[in-house]
Amino acid sequence: MTKKEWPLWEIFIRGQHGLNHRHVGSLHAPDAEMAIKNARDVYTRRKEGVSIWVVPSAAITASSPSEKGPLFDPAESKVYRHPTFFDIPDEVGHM
Amino acid sequence: MYAQMVKSEGMKSPEEMTPEERAFQERVDRGEKIEPKEWMPEGYRKTLIRQMGQHAHSEIVGQLPEGNWITRAPTLERKAILLAKVQDEAGHGLYLYSAAETLGVSRDELMEKLHSGAMKYSSIFNYPTLTWADMGAVGWLVDGAAIMNQVPLQRTSYGPYSRAMIRICKEESFHQRQGYAIMMKMAQGTPEQKEMAQDALNRFWYPSLMMFGPSDKDSVHSAQSMAWKIKMNTNDELRQKFVDETVPQATYLGLTVPDETLTWNEERGHYDFAEPDWDEFFEVIKGNGPCNEERLGARREAWDKGAWFRDGLTAYAEKAAARRAASNVAAE
Repeated sequence: MTKKEWPLWEIFIRGQHGLNHRHVGSLHAPDAEMAIKNARDVYTRRKEGVSIWVVPSAAITASSPSEKGPLFDPAESKVYRHPTFFDIPDEVGHM
Repeated sequence: MYAQMVKSEGMKSPEEMTPEERAFQERVDRGEKIEPKEWMPEGYRKTLIRQMGQHAHSEIVGQLPEGNWITRAPTLERKAILLAKVQDEAGHGLYLYSAAETLGVSRDELMEKLHSGAMKYSSIFNYPTLTWADMGAVGWLVDGAAIMNQVPLQRTSYGPYSRAMIRICKEESFHQRQGYAIMMKMAQGTPEQKEMAQDALNRFWYPSLMMFGPSDKDSVHSAQSMAWKIKMNTNDELRQKFVDETVPQATYLGLTVPDETLTWNEERGHYDFAEPDWDEFFEVIKGNGPCNEERLGARREAWDKGAWFRDGLTAYAEKAAARRAASNVAAE
């Protein structure tokens, strides 16, 4: 039995086309350097990315599921934040 | 399937449920995904740990029958392909262990349960791979059967499980096709090669049918798991689908499915086929299959012999961290 479990890391990968790094999953590794090496083998076997970030899972603070309502519901009534809320006459052309 | 006979908790009627349980069931019914920190019934959590753990173990143990042939692959290209396939299986195991860990169990705990025999892996990996044609049969039939189960599981209610399945399914199709490609090559080869292909099909056909688990009438755990959407189809449904898709593929190869009763049933629109020997299945599950001891032995040995390496990396990481901390203090 191993004395100590390797800590968990969250893995973020930037895809080919200049998009944001995106969370793809997690893995165990003894340190950040090994986490990157492992992430390369576990998450980019088919050229899924051009850059890897690793973050200790313990360093992530997440919003609580019970806060879902207060956090996200207020946006529901603010439909005017979307461009489609405004009718622009066809004569005006593309806007 | 990769998860067979997973024990589920007892099923409750809506009246017996607590308000929390009812709200949970309604979320599942609406097709919402359940995420790690959200409230879930204890039975849902426990059943998922068993199922995902067993699934992960199957991926890892599943490397062994194919690993057997890496050093003996007939060409360098075949060797590279098989190596990539076996590496994928390791990856699939890791995705699933990570997903299971979100339920509050650690990977090392799961490993320990595999090694002690407290948790199972799929019965299929307790059969030996005797010839190169078995690499074809395993990819074609075993991965083919796994895909039948994994594609619907992409829609499972538990978010991390669903995401792991989506990732796995993307890669799994390569596995089945590389297996079928081996079968094609051998079936079109010399008479001896064709005979090897037929022999592999003969040996893997019924064990592949067993992968889906016992018949629905004997499957006691299905109802609750299906209500929770952690099992999407019944065992018999998936087995039928597998037979219907696989028989024409065997015909194309010019090979014969080892079932004399196999006939197309026009009325049902499905093949009628013979059930596997369920006594054999239960024996294999109990640990009395041809390779149970060898497989579990190989896993335990790898774990024990790797301990010094895992500990060494941990010690190095701790030392390096201490050194960094010390040099930071010195710089201040």
